[in-house]
Amino acid sequence: MDLKDFNSDDPVTWCPGCGNFGIQAALKTALAKLGKKPQELLLVSGIGQAAKMPHYVKANFFNGLHGRALPAAAGAKIANRGLTVIVTTGDGDCYGEGGNHFLHNIRRNADITVIVHDNQVYGLTKGQASPTTEPGTKTRIQPGGVILAPFPPLETALALGCGFVARGYAAEKEHLAELILAGIAHKGFSLIDVLQPCVSFNKLNTYEWYAKRVYKVGPEHDPADKAAARALAEQRERLPLGVLYSKPGPDYGELSGLDALPPLADADLSAADITGVLQDFR
Amino acid sequence: MNTEISVRISGEAGQGIVSAGMMLARLYKDSGRHVFAIQDYMSRIRGGTNFFQVRAAAAPVHSPREKCDLMIALDKDAVEAGLPALAAGGLLVLDRNKYGLAEPRESWVDVPLYALAQEAGGPIYANSVALGVIAALTGESPDNAVKAAVREFSSKGAAAAEKNAEAVRKGFAHVSAHVKERLPGVDAGAHGADCLLAGNEALALGAVSAGCKFYTAYPMSPATGIMNTVADHAARFGIIVEQAEDEIAAVNMAVGAAYAGVRAMTASSGGGFALMCEGLSLAAMTETPLVLAVVMRPGPATGFPTRTAQEDLEFVLHAGHGEFARAVYAPGSPAECFLAAKRAFNTAERWQVPALLLSDQHLAESFTNIAAPDPAAEPPDRGRLFTSGFDALADRYAYSEDGVSPRPVPGRSCALAAADSDEHGPEGHITELAGVRIKMTDKRLRLKLAGLAGEVLPPTVVNAGAKTMLCGFGSTLGVMRDACAAVKDAGFVHLPQVWPFPAAGMSAALKGAGRVLTVEGNATGQLARLLRRETGLQADGSVLKYDGRPFTLDEVTAALEGGH
Repeated sequence: MDLKDFNSDDPVTWCPGCGNFGIQAALKTALAKLGKKPQELLLVSGIGQAAKMPHYVKANFFNGLHGRALPAAAGAKIANRGLTVIVTTGDGDCYGEGGNHFLHNIRRNADITVIVHDNQVYGLTKGQASPTTEPGTKTRIQPGGVILAPFPPLETALALGCGFVARGYAAEKEHLAELILAGIAHKGFSLIDVLQPCVSFNKLNTYEWYAKRVYKVGPEHDPADKAAARALAEQRERLPLGVLYSKPGPDYGELSGLDALPPLADADLSAADITGVLQDFR
Repeated sequence: MNTEISVRISGEAGQGIVSAGMMLARLYKDSGRHVFAIQDYMSRIRGGTNFFQVRAAAAPVHSPREKCDLMIALDKDAVEAGLPALAAGGLLVLDRNKYGLAEPRESWVDVPLYALAQEAGGPIYANSVALGVIAALTGESPDNAVKAAVREFSSKGAAAAEKNAEAVRKGFAHVSAHVKERLPGVDAGAHGADCLLAGNEALALGAVSAGCKFYTAYPMSPATGIMNTVADHAARFGIIVEQAEDEIAAVNMAVGAAYAGVRAMTASSGGGFALMCEGLSLAAMTETPLVLAVVMRPGPATGFPTRTAQEDLEFVLHAGHGEFARAVYAPGSPAECFLAAKRAFNTAERWQVPALLLSDQHLAESFTNIAAPDPAAEPPDRGRLFTSGFDALADRYAYSEDGVSPRPVPGRSCALAAADSDEHGPEGHITELAGVRIKMTDKRLRLKLAGLAGEVLPPTVVNAGAKTMLCGFGSTLGVMRDACAAVKDAGFVHLPQVWPFPAAGMSAALKGAGRVLTVEGNATGQLARLLRRETGLQADGSVLKYDGRPFTLDEVTAALEGGH
């Protein structure tokens, strides 16, 4: 497959310079390398700027409700387990509105790859604080600065036993593409939190700000070492990029018995003959 | 002998009241009698006063009676709680010594239930002792009672079944030897119906039979019974049952799964359904077939978790923001629950709309005997779903005469499956064009609604032209049927589907009626308002009940006679 196989004809509406362009490029690169056809892919999103991604990359897509990308993705994956399911969501969508689904879909561990465009601000609604906004950041609604402690996605995912936890950066496209491919390869819920500059509303976490802080974790880090992963996730002054944690384990498909069944979407409905079951009620 | 009998087994949660009631219902059913059994229980796992009340008759019965001919009180509280519902000449069985009630009273029958249970193995067997007592007092065969107990407890192993059987024998023998009171039994019956089903079970079996392969819900009384029954049969039919983290997840998982090509379903009661409303709207906007059961209980808020109501008719008709087409079924019996569930899946897929099943605790958890549902009824019709060979150039939301567009299963053809909760063009991408908005609204709303209206289930009309016509939806079918059989010059109209509203059918059914009364489990007469809005007909009154309990035959009969 080639990058252009994933070109969508829907015109992009992101601001010029938006970090989403880097993530889009990385996603297309990863998909081209993956080698699956658009028909075999499903992009799922909620609402927000990140959630427009499925319109801009050619594949099956389900652009659902704000905060509800994860349950829709899990349902689709359970229904049609041959699909490669990728969620493109944001910090507000995934960690705020959909926080409960974030927690429980890590536990559910369906084989989906979740890319969180984490720009630490609400873009679509014009500049309100998000769950990951730095405390002290002033907004129109929080003129004295944000007072809520930021939501720590990587640490939360690790605490919940997520089998694949990674952080990427929108400006490091090739690196992010590799993370996405590794996330797709991991069987189960894969979290890729992507640092993403918002050129319109986030005047703090700019490309320059990130450039001074991000670094790629080296080969000395063992992704199977959870304590080391935790230590990396807790860093605040410098921001490590890479696969922080990766450990294979049984996913939802295996544990639920789904993998032993033909894909549910292919079920022969006429085979559901309940004549025998009715005996139980006689 | 007698044409019918009503027996109540009452005690605290945890005493096996449901088991006792099921044994009794089965005893009557297996001997050819018609049964209608209600469950009345509190929202707690232990303690309180719960009962299971079985009405058995030689002729079909579809509703509970106000008074019981026989009551078994398995604890002291049940004695006081039950007395007001004891019929004149009825008997109340109790264990006076155990409950510390020294003074005998008229109508009381003292049986050492707990001493007998102890002999059988322990106090937990008191419910089976009770079954033996009932059989002896009312002239039922002890063998049939033992058979019912073995059936009820065989899943717990042969030893448990035998201990319960022994408890039944002890109860029977004690009454035979030491109690002189007797009640007239029920006439022999010979119905050909042979399944004992509650609404939730029948609805679940309908879903299984329809080929539902993904069921997801968050537990909420009284809807949980559907999930229980689907789960019981999931392995056999290759169904995945997923308990969601909340109702919002449940409805979004179901919509995601349906989008991806399976028949998917969720269910809840009022509060949980309230959380699902945005997802309902999503199903409509994305034109994804969703089957959603709402099993009503009294609100607002937590209300009466384990009791019954029909308060959410208007809520269900209007739930979800925005304007869109939906189908709302309101089955009135387990037989209708089975068919409605199967039909809902077909409707949802044929019209690519949400199809709702409106039930309530009374329908969901009352057992009655029905002819075995026909598994071949309402065979699957998946409408314009394409599992292969889909033309890649056809748009997912292509305009069409009936508002329905081709729907590809993702990954099964060269086509891409689009779904968008934003307003979108035919290809599924976000748009803000006014003209597209109008065409899409007409597609989702007007065209589909017209199609749905064209195949709406007609109202059931009995005794058309009677002086008084009752009018109801859902679970009131049974009590209206029984009341109109008991009272002269009374008929009824039952709506098995409340939306689209069968306006022409209702106008025709009620034409010429001297008096129209709606019968509704709510405080405001929601059906009467709907009837007026959709047909211009003003009901002459409404028989309303909103105490959390089902209508009894006696209440509706009194309402009918009151106006004659």
